[in-house]
Amino acid sequence: MADQRELVIVSLYPRDMNIYGDRGNLLALTRRARAHGFEPRVVELNVGDELPEHVDIVIGGGGQDSGQGRVSADLVGRAGEFRELADAGTPMLVICGLYQLFGHRFVTASGATLEGIGLLDVETRGGEDRMIGNVVVESADFGEIIGYENHSGNTVLGPGSEPLGRVIQGAGNNPTDGAEGARTGNVLGSYLHGALLPKNPAISDFLIATAATRRYGSFKPLAGADATADRARAAAKRRPR
Amino acid sequence: MRDFFSAVTGKAVRAVARLRGGGSALPGLVVERLDPGFMARGLERLPLGVIAVSGTNGKTTTTKMIVEMLEAQGLSVFTNRTGSNFSRGVVAAMVEEASLGGKLSADVAVLELDEAHAMFFIERVKPRFTLLLNVLRDQLDRFGEIDTTARYLQRIADATTDVLVVNREDRLIAEIGARTRVRAAGTSGPEVREFGLTQALLSTFPGDDDFHAGSGGGAGAGAGAGAGAGAGAERAGADVTLVELGKNSATFEIDGELHSTPLQLEGLYNTYNAAAALVTVRSVLGRAVAAGLAQTAETTAVLESLASVRPAFGRGEKLELDGQPLELVLVKNPAGFRLGLASFDAEGVAVMIAVNDQYADGRDMSWLWDVDFESLRAGGVDTVTGTRAWDMALRLEHDDVAVGAVEEDLGTALAAFRSRTSGQPRRIYCTYTAMLGLRKRLSEVTDVEEI
Repeated sequence: MADQRELVIVSLYPRDMNIYGDRGNLLALTRRARAHGFEPRVVELNVGDELPEHVDIVIGGGGQDSGQGRVSADLVGRAGEFRELADAGTPMLVICGLYQLFGHRFVTASGATLEGIGLLDVETRGGEDRMIGNVVVESADFGEIIGYENHSGNTVLGPGSEPLGRVIQGAGNNPTDGAEGARTGNVLGSYLHGALLPKNPAISDFLIATAATRRYGSFKPLAGADATADRARAAAKRRPR
Repeated sequence: MRDFFSAVTGKAVRAVARLRGGGSALPGLVVERLDPGFMARGLERLPLGVIAVSGTNGKTTTTKMIVEMLEAQGLSVFTNRTGSNFSRGVVAAMVEEASLGGKLSADVAVLELDEAHAMFFIERVKPRFTLLLNVLRDQLDRFGEIDTTARYLQRIADATTDVLVVNREDRLIAEIGARTRVRAAGTSGPEVREFGLTQALLSTFPGDDDFHAGSGGGAGAGAGAGAGAGAGAERAGADVTLVELGKNSATFEIDGELHSTPLQLEGLYNTYNAAAALVTVRSVLGRAVAAGLAQTAETTAVLESLASVRPAFGRGEKLELDGQPLELVLVKNPAGFRLGLASFDAEGVAVMIAVNDQYADGRDMSWLWDVDFESLRAGGVDTVTGTRAWDMALRLEHDDVAVGAVEEDLGTALAAFRSRTSGQPRRIYCTYTAMLGLRKRLSEVTDVEEI
């Protein structure tokens, strides 16, 4: 292992939280990390697994409601470890189901409560209607974010988190306040699938740059614009909701 | 009298719709509005009732197999041939085939039912036989979640009166079978029959669960799909088991005996559906013979009829273009795409992929990231087309698959693909509306069966 340029990426619960192609985030992140000159090492963390000794980036995706209970219990059991990583500035990106569980709690439509680990100051309630469709978000940190949402959870932010951006097309966190996603420090949560990272290299670059700076003291970008991603972004923006 | 008016109204609407070049479901919609009981009355009169076929993948081809196999045994069969599998499509087909008195002269109806719209159907008509093929990630932006889809299928099972046929190798479908068995043991539920795969074939047939179970998620990782009926080496219990797959042939185990048969169908995907059709047909024929409606239910006769079934349009359909074979492979969801890639050898074939995001295709492109395209790496992909051509191109780039050209317009892409790949066999993987668009353009330059 070329330790000098290694980046350890922990992929959360791929066995239970793998719906809607969020696996594409891992493919895009590892590809982009290589393009920037790093050697990504992926560690899958499933229920009951141990976290590796060193963690550079954490990513996780959405899942079926049926898998979320198991994951909630496991995640809450290691809340302290993740809190430590977040406090140390480890960049993380969690989508949909894990975004909800990185908040304080998720109260389902039937009234059951799934405890979260509170790294993001958000709370989610299951709603009546599903928010489904193409989404365009304007973000101060990442420019225009393009994705696809499919959720019935209504997420509301507290003062400890900033939205990832303002929704230009679509619903985002909930049908009313026009915000999408959440950010506290280097921890990002979002409802956007698509998958998110292949079409939004700016977010991949943030995760990689933050991790590289923390581990190696600096980051010099080697990868430029992604021409295919640019075309896919433009095409997606033209499509109806 | 009501039947008469509804049949006449429907036929009139159909005539007008045809003149205006309209769709096949419009007369169904009109009759459904005017006479909500029309469908139930017509179907309840059939001596063997309704066979419902549902599940995510393979409904059209499997329905076609069941229809043709039953017809070969002398039964008169009503079906929703156009693939318009909402109830208004069923009503439209009934209007077309019914006499002016509103009566269908069939022995049995074989109906392909969309999972969600089946809820509307079973409120009106209880199927005597139901075949549940699989529940996979398909058009989740329409149904919401895979668990919701499974619940829809459970309700179809609950509405079934005589025989429920289930896929032993699909975890969620096998669970529906198990629950139905428990219920049937207590009160009066339908008999449950299964179709299955041998352990050896199971490992080549990745379901959604398997795909994500292994590290890195390679297709075919692990054989955990057999969670249905326990994990013995060769598990007993299936009515029909697919044992071996050849090129245009297959071996099935039926009643403990091995039967080999030639097939016009190709690939694991279609052949496994043939096992599903065999179980269903055997269940129906037993009752048909008892009622004096069919001559025989013998296995050899049933297999003979299976041997002559050809794939449904766009499901591995073979056309000819410039003296070379051209295959159309419909891909609607990750499992279907994975199976499509695994079922057809990539070597020596020029490949085009056409991905649209119209409502019928599903607007969400996320599913492309749940398919591995590494099998296309050696030969590359000549052309990528469709409204989401660039999403597809981006996906292929991430698997290091070289792409020759990206062109969103189907017609332009097809013409370029045709001239660049002359003298080679061709294959096009396409989503539903892309397939319809390509077939239309292909019909201008070669023979394409009308649908």
